[in-house]
Amino acid sequence: MASGVKPRVKVPKKAAAGDVVTIKTLISHKMESGQRKGDDGALIPRSIINRFTADFNGQNVIDVTIEPAVSTNPYFQFEALVPEAGEFKFTWYDDDGSVYETAKKIAIG
Amino acid sequence: MDLTRRQALALGSATLAIASLSGLPAFASLTDEAITALTGGADVTEGGIDLIAPEIAENGNTVPVEVSAPGAVEIALFAAGNPTPAVATFKFGPLAGSRSGSTRIRLAKTQQVVAIAKMEDGSFRKTSATVKVTIGGCGG
Repeated sequence: MASGVKPRVKVPKKAAAGDVVTIKTLISHKMESGQRKGDDGALIPRSIINRFTADFNGQNVIDVTIEPAVSTNPYFQFEALVPEAGEFKFTWYDDDGSVYETAKKIAIG
Repeated sequence: MDLTRRQALALGSATLAIASLSGLPAFASLTDEAITALTGGADVTEGGIDLIAPEIAENGNTVPVEVSAPGAVEIALFAAGNPTPAVATFKFGPLAGSRSGSTRIRLAKTQQVVAIAKMEDGSFRKTSATVKVTIGGCGG
């Protein structure tokens, strides 16, 4: 597991049923592209987050395939439909096989 | 060797022409290959998709971009001037509130950013934006 990986997600606390809400996500990750050279002139091996998904109550909202050209601390903003109260689940997949997860509840009101 | 002003200008423009010629094929093939891999050789029409990117990016390490294409099931981003053109692919699920997304990307140099959208009817849409990069974002 890469060190210092911390997901941060911004979801509104509540929404009306059927509303579209904006979600912002950021995960701290160095996203080593595999193109950079270290002090010794050797290439630093690639180590990135290669996939990000967001689901709401088990249904998919967005599924992003990530290449090395996405910046350090990958940030995504997108919109989601909220048909009922429930929980958003966010998942990031690292090159090294680790999976980072976080969840946010949203209420109807 | 003494150069007149006229000769100097002619030389300069000839060198430029050669430089742009030699640069173009590599640029075209890598990105085109990636796009063909996505579309399977289908026709790609311009328009019906929006790509918002800054005209000038001071730092190529984080360039904010935003894409939206109503009716798209998938949007792929390519950076034509990067060592590998693929950037990211957004696939929209049943609960996507809109067919849009934004992120921050790395650009190695001044180049075109291309967005390809796969629509619900299976057709493909394309748009591109030129971003001037002051400091490249691929290390080296």
